[in-house]
Amino acid sequence: MKNPLESVAGTIISGLILTVVLVFFLKNFLA
Amino acid sequence: MEALMPGIARWLHVIFGITWIGLLYYFNLVQMAGLKDAGADGTAAGITKHIAPRALFYFRWAAVGTWLAGAWLLGAGFVDAFLLRNGMEGIGIGAWLGTIMLFNVWHFIWPNQKKILGLVPATDEVKAKARRVAMLASRTNMMLSIPMLFFMANGLSHRAALGL
Repeated sequence: MKNPLESVAGTIISGLILTVVLVFFLKNFLA
Repeated sequence: MEALMPGIARWLHVIFGITWIGLLYYFNLVQMAGLKDAGADGTAAGITKHIAPRALFYFRWAAVGTWLAGAWLLGAGFVDAFLLRNGMEGIGIGAWLGTIMLFNVWHFIWPNQKKILGLVPATDEVKAKARRVAMLASRTNMMLSIPMLFFMANGLSHRAALGL
């Protein structure tokens, strides 16, 4: 599989996915 | 006077932050692709000699300024933010992401850019490796900037997106 950070689009999509993951983490395990 | 300080800290945090992240997006959206094309027609030297060193100077010091102004802004909540507790969990995630990004700037991006731009001696092989590491570290920071800015905007106030 190609590294998503090779492209700008892959980088932005990875950032959006990480945002969702961290919000889920915060809502369920921290706050 | 004391009441003015959080607003001043926030103002500086935003000015330094725009400079840092603005240049990060410039590197990722403009310079990387531009250098590739410039290399093909032999005009890359103009960018690597006159543009990149200046951009990197403001980039790395704005990163430091952003972190310091952010630490000042957190004030008494600094420890709670980094320990993700006492209502500072959201902004704390943003602070951790920003801190990781600052580390990437000074530990991966700047030392490798010095080799790429010829500011320190490096063989062609070392330069090729440095180019790859710097590119991936820069892209990592662009990726991290997306959740970082989300948590900066939604982590402490305006917390509806977090259900708080």
